[in-house]
Amino acid sequence: MQIFLPVIIVTVIGLIAGLGLALASKFMAVPTDEKQEKVRECLPGANCGACGYSGCDGYAAAVASGEAPPDKCAPGGSSTAVALAELLGVEVNTEPKVAFIACNGSAENTEAKYAYSGMMSCAAANLVQSGPMQCKYGCIGFGDCYKSCPFGAITMQNGRPVICKDICVGCGKCASVCPKSLISIIPKSAKVHVSCANKAKGVQVAKSCKVSCISCQMCAKNCPSGAIEIKDNVAVINYDLCTSCGKCKEVCKRNVIV
Amino acid sequence: MNSLTAIASLLLAGILTNNMVLAKFLGICPFLGVSKKVNTALSMSIAVTLVMVISTAVTYPIYKYILSPKYEYLETVVFILVIAAIVQLIEIFLKKFIKPIYNALGIYLPLITTNCAVLGITMLNITNELSYVESLFNALAAGLGFMLAMLLFSGVRERLETAEIPEFLKGLPITLISASLVSLSFLGFAGIGG
Repeated sequence: MQIFLPVIIVTVIGLIAGLGLALASKFMAVPTDEKQEKVRECLPGANCGACGYSGCDGYAAAVASGEAPPDKCAPGGSSTAVALAELLGVEVNTEPKVAFIACNGSAENTEAKYAYSGMMSCAAANLVQSGPMQCKYGCIGFGDCYKSCPFGAITMQNGRPVICKDICVGCGKCASVCPKSLISIIPKSAKVHVSCANKAKGVQVAKSCKVSCISCQMCAKNCPSGAIEIKDNVAVINYDLCTSCGKCKEVCKRNVIV
Repeated sequence: MNSLTAIASLLLAGILTNNMVLAKFLGICPFLGVSKKVNTALSMSIAVTLVMVISTAVTYPIYKYILSPKYEYLETVVFILVIAAIVQLIEIFLKKFIKPIYNALGIYLPLITTNCAVLGITMLNITNELSYVESLFNALAAGLGFMLAMLLFSGVRERLETAEIPEFLKGLPITLISASLVSLSFLGFAGIGG
């Protein structure tokens, strides 16, 4: 007999709590947008903020109400965009994108201007004489982009960040932290890239780095589809016109186009 | 006047001398888990304070009028059950009526369901034989103490982000060492306020 009363007490308290919760969830239920929940289910849930909204929930609300286009989710890539477009009944143009670092100035190619011993962050180093490297446009190599990547797609090799194309989803976080604005988000299918961002004139550029664009115009002249032009003394590829023929790669004497 | 002094001493003791995290070592998991940023630490501690006071308000009468004097051994089971239900109820309530707070507290509310600091304070109130009003203030003090510890420690951790830490101490080891140092500093309050 002694065991029954305690069991009954706990059961009754449990029942009251359970019933209370059931009633509360019934009477205080918040009408949720069904569409929004379905959109949210399609999203990867990385909460990276690449879409420009406050996490996946914010973006789902915006998509469901028609405020945001369905192709803003970088981690989800084309598969998410297609799923969302299907859900909403709209057309969407999807092409996977990746980040690209427009600098190849590793230890063999360029030298330090002075010995830096401050905080190990590109943003901090950039404040001192535009960073410790010879080239004031190039990569500082303290890995602010590496630290910012939410997907672990950037590794530091030989003091330089290297982006793994297979892991990168093109969210653009690294691009926003690079104090030199070296990182751009480009189509994953692109086969040629200009890996230099030095805006100085030819001779100066040639002195500061072995793999630098001296704006010799060879690539622009030889491009069969006219996709390359020289802007601010650096070759720039227009990926809407580029056919990935690789001609520019061949003619570049300074191995800038990779 | 007397009761006022008693309450002031309770508050002082709860926040400094008997600090939930740094002196009693309860609620260590949110202390380590959610203290990376000052903002999240503050949200978490507000949620904990709220839940502590409300669960004390509910569990105390349950103990006094249902469990005591024959079934005191059911304390732990019943308290866990009741606290879990209360947390869920608060969540539903906030979602319906005070949406901004619900959004700000986010995942922290459900996390408190299994927070030992909340269970700890409700049980300590019983063990110390406090009155109902004293228990409520004790819970409030414990919550504020938790907030103080979280804010102090999150400040320390934000400082750690930019510090040059030896490779073998990076991450959890340095966090635990700094936690113990913060806790050590609270030993200085021992004996004040009772």
